[in-house]
Amino acid sequence: MFNYTFHWNQALRALPQMLDGALVTLEIALLSMAIGLACAMVLTLFRLSGNRVLSGFAAVWVEVARNTPALFQIYMAHFGLGNFGIHLSPYAALLAGIAFNNAGYLAENFRGALKAIPDTQARAGRSLGMSSLQAFRYIVMPQMLRIAFLPATNQMVWAILMTSLGVTVGMNTDLAGITQELNARSFRTFEFFALAAVIYYVIAKAVTLAARAFASRMFRY
Amino acid sequence: MIEIENVRKSFGALEVLKGIDLTVSKGEVVTVIGGSGSGKSTLLTCINGLEPIDSGRITLDGTDVHAKGTDLNKLRSKVGIVFQQWNAFPHLTVLENVMLAPRKVLGLAKDRAEEIAVKQLTHVGLAEKLSVYPNRMSGGQQQRMAIARALAMSPEYMLFDEVTSALDPMLVGEVLDTLRMLASEGMTMICVTHEMKFAREVSDRVAFFHQGVMAEIASPEQLFDAPQHVETQKFLAATH
Repeated sequence: MFNYTFHWNQALRALPQMLDGALVTLEIALLSMAIGLACAMVLTLFRLSGNRVLSGFAAVWVEVARNTPALFQIYMAHFGLGNFGIHLSPYAALLAGIAFNNAGYLAENFRGALKAIPDTQARAGRSLGMSSLQAFRYIVMPQMLRIAFLPATNQMVWAILMTSLGVTVGMNTDLAGITQELNARSFRTFEFFALAAVIYYVIAKAVTLAARAFASRMFRY
Repeated sequence: MIEIENVRKSFGALEVLKGIDLTVSKGEVVTVIGGSGSGKSTLLTCINGLEPIDSGRITLDGTDVHAKGTDLNKLRSKVGIVFQQWNAFPHLTVLENVMLAPRKVLGLAKDRAEEIAVKQLTHVGLAEKLSVYPNRMSGGQQQRMAIARALAMSPEYMLFDEVTSALDPMLVGEVLDTLRMLASEGMTMICVTHEMKFAREVSDRVAFFHQGVMAEIASPEQLFDAPQHVETQKFLAATH
């Protein structure tokens, strides 16, 4: 076991290439988060709409996103849709899969946050002459976002880590994909993956800290 | 003028308003007293259309509140209501709380809305608190802010639903003083209250509600000193 000789130099030489991959990873995570947030907001409105078709659609989305493996969701976006003639590139499939997953979790997160806001808040808005949409937009939503913010940063970290599942659909430009290719060429598995893990850790930690700093500036009450 | 004609309202099997008739003229202050569950608060939320009614009619300056096609948002901007729980918007400063509806409902420009908000907040004695968040204030201050928030819409009518009931006894006075000031300025008001001394002082007329019925309505002197209805007598005997 201990006659293995580490070759860290080889891994460190590949560092610039891996950092390029890290940028792609971060890009996918951020995009998937932006799309996920937008979809989650729509799903939340669907659930509140009182329309059975819309709320049913939202419920199915949330159930599937939260109770099936993220890997399958990405697989479905790439190979599953491929069966129907819809061909997404590895990048698009990975992004779609993670965005789908994010939306499900974030919608549930929003629902919990909404429950924490008393009905009397919207009622107070209505009694001032606001429409129900205005009361939601100016009174309920800002409070909801505040409550949902920190749990949502967890989802952001999770999104960063989920991007590594892209290797299974042939993604080769993100951090996991590049690491996997370097590994396949050199068999220096430990060195490359350890270095990649450190980079993932740094990105995830940086995002968490940035989110906390943002929250303390934004939510001052 | 607020005209309430034979209004009935049930929550499930429980009939909370059993045919209420009441007319409140411009500039008049009517207080409503009575035990819990007598329908007093429900009547207020029916007046501004927050609660639907089962039958009867409520009109505000001739507009039927519950008719189809009535623009309730527009109507509510004419009728301010303040609740027992003041419902401060916690994510907005005191100034922003008061500016929100004038900006979004009346569509006023920011500086105009701010001017109105500052004026109303000064009026209720909160000029020092403009940039404070509500959770940093006492219940009495938050309730005065809620009053200023309603007044910023320049309502023609104000409805007060037990606005001092959730307050520490020490803080009741400052809120009642605000209501007294409004009454003396000629605001048309309906106040549901448990503060008998206040009711006697500010009211043009006092109504006594009992089990969904307006058992008696009279001048404060008449109602408090020589109540006619047996339930009014019992109620006043119990509260004195």
